[in-house]
Amino acid sequence: MAGPDLLAIRANPKFVRLVEERRSFGVRLTVIMLAIYFGFVMVVAFAPWIFAIRLGEGVMTLGIPVGLAVIISAFVLTGVYVRRANAEFDSLTRDIVKESV
Amino acid sequence: MRSFRPLLALLLLAPLSVVAAEIAVEGERQPLNIPAIVMFLAFVAGTLGITYWAARQTKSAAQFYTAGGGITGFQNGLAIAGDYMSAASFLGISGLVYLSGFDGLIYSIGFLVGWPVILFLIAEPLRNLGKFTFADVASFRLAQTEIRIFAASGSLATVSFYLIAQMVGAGKLIELLFGLPYAWAVVIVGVLMIVYVTFGGMIATTWVQIIKAVLLLSGATFMAGAVLWRYGFSPEALFADAVRVHEAGQAIMAPGGLITDPVSAISLGIALMFGTAGLPHILMRFFTVSDAKEARKSVFYATGFIGYFYILTFVIGFGAIVLVMNNPGYFDASGLIGGTNMAAIHLSDAVGGPYFLGFISAVAFATILAVVSGLTLAGASAISHDLYASVIKGGKANEQDEIRVSKISVVALGLVAMGLGILFEQQNIAFMVGLAFAIAASANFPIIFLSIFWSKLTTRGALYGGVIGLVSALTLVILGPSVWVKVIGFAEPIFPYDYPALFSVTAAFVATWFFSVTDHSAREKIDRAGFEAQFIRAQTGIGATTAAAH
Repeated sequence: MAGPDLLAIRANPKFVRLVEERRSFGVRLTVIMLAIYFGFVMVVAFAPWIFAIRLGEGVMTLGIPVGLAVIISAFVLTGVYVRRANAEFDSLTRDIVKESV
Repeated sequence: MRSFRPLLALLLLAPLSVVAAEIAVEGERQPLNIPAIVMFLAFVAGTLGITYWAARQTKSAAQFYTAGGGITGFQNGLAIAGDYMSAASFLGISGLVYLSGFDGLIYSIGFLVGWPVILFLIAEPLRNLGKFTFADVASFRLAQTEIRIFAASGSLATVSFYLIAQMVGAGKLIELLFGLPYAWAVVIVGVLMIVYVTFGGMIATTWVQIIKAVLLLSGATFMAGAVLWRYGFSPEALFADAVRVHEAGQAIMAPGGLITDPVSAISLGIALMFGTAGLPHILMRFFTVSDAKEARKSVFYATGFIGYFYILTFVIGFGAIVLVMNNPGYFDASGLIGGTNMAAIHLSDAVGGPYFLGFISAVAFATILAVVSGLTLAGASAISHDLYASVIKGGKANEQDEIRVSKISVVALGLVAMGLGILFEQQNIAFMVGLAFAIAASANFPIIFLSIFWSKLTTRGALYGGVIGLVSALTLVILGPSVWVKVIGFAEPIFPYDYPALFSVTAAFVATWFFSVTDHSAREKIDRAGFEAQFIRAQTGIGATTAAAH
């Protein structure tokens, strides 16, 4: 890569936007995932009775749908990221690459 | 301090070696399992055919290390799942659900949640910056020689401990499932792995992992489906029956005292999350796709497959409670034949008869092969690409020489793995997978993460921080309950926790920061000046290695 290219890209407002938006989006989703996971683990560690609460008349407890929801949330969050990245971030990146040559 | 029940603690980070430990105690060699052997031979024939095909395409270093970057996101997602879903997660977690119900779910979730974080933070920059190994990323703007040597050491340490644990587990498991002697089993695994990797490189390894993932997911889907079908696809009916059969009753539907102190809980979470993001054989998979977009899709598919698989193992564990636990045919005087980790295997017999049992046994064998092949390729790449080509030859190695060194390294690693696998047959190696994760989280992950994101990182900071992370992880595991008490035999551990990650990862990050900000060497200016160009490439992919055209 040549030097002038770098300066041009760095100054490109689209590059600044890409970096900032992707970073804040990634950090936000990471925080959500960590909160879900450590929230789940902390209930297990400190208040396991919450997950033992029965739902309705049967043997089903709150812990099982919550556990499943944690697994599904991991998949859904990756989907949310990929969806936005494929559309918005990729098109920004394409523009930046185009404008840099 | 008793943070985890010992058996469960072992299972968590070293499920396969627990399979080993339990089989060593409880299991006897089974009579030769003919359907399993026939199905396994079919798998071997198929994968060797693929290896032959792959070998004809593997000419360049890029093809050998990364399949020329020509794997699609979907294929790579399956391959990642195939690399990550070990026999341990299949047998160990379903066995844990069989034993204590809900607690198994806690483990599965821990193994899954690292994936989204990998996607949100490092997958795309990793693809944009790297070529063959994660050391490419870490040494992008730092001093090549020092960083490559350190990263290769971190890779080899992680790979070696993981590989030995897999080999010993494989020997025990195959001895039990197929009725083959332990040493034969280790040699068969070792030889097949050497053949796949030396001849077929990453292309063969990828397809072995994809096929194994498909077989494992289909087999597990069939089992879980067969269990649910018996209950009219009503989970409530399945759980109600399980509660009636299981001696713990309703307690299997709630957390059972698995995690009781917050330090262990957090430390474990950090080990699983950052450890996953620092496993060299997993990181290497990101270089097999053409660009950041495919890397991103890989993680999306992988997370889906792995999450789905863990849901299946939960149903399978409950299925084993209702269909295996009250069937005297699966028990001998000492309890469930082969130990609780065989719950899924017995369930396959209960729902599908001896041929399906054979199929699932063959899948377990295939699973081990896929995992050890990925590990060996990652270890060999660290030797040939980082040590030989970049350090010894100063980046000017002849490509064919580099591939030759890589193949020799595969053979050497394979022989060492077989030798140690046989040597450690009777040893308690349960700590080794935990150690691999701890080193990956404390030595490999900080250097990758900070080199991508922190402009002030210097070579000195990365080295000191990495070495401190590596040494503290190693020391704390040795002084902790899993080695100090269970292997060496002291009454009390010096370090009270099984998982050192909270401490060793923190130490690595703090040391890296400290030795970077106080660095006033001549190299420091080069390191920091290089960040700008690296950052732009990491963000946009401009200049990134692209798929090989052919």
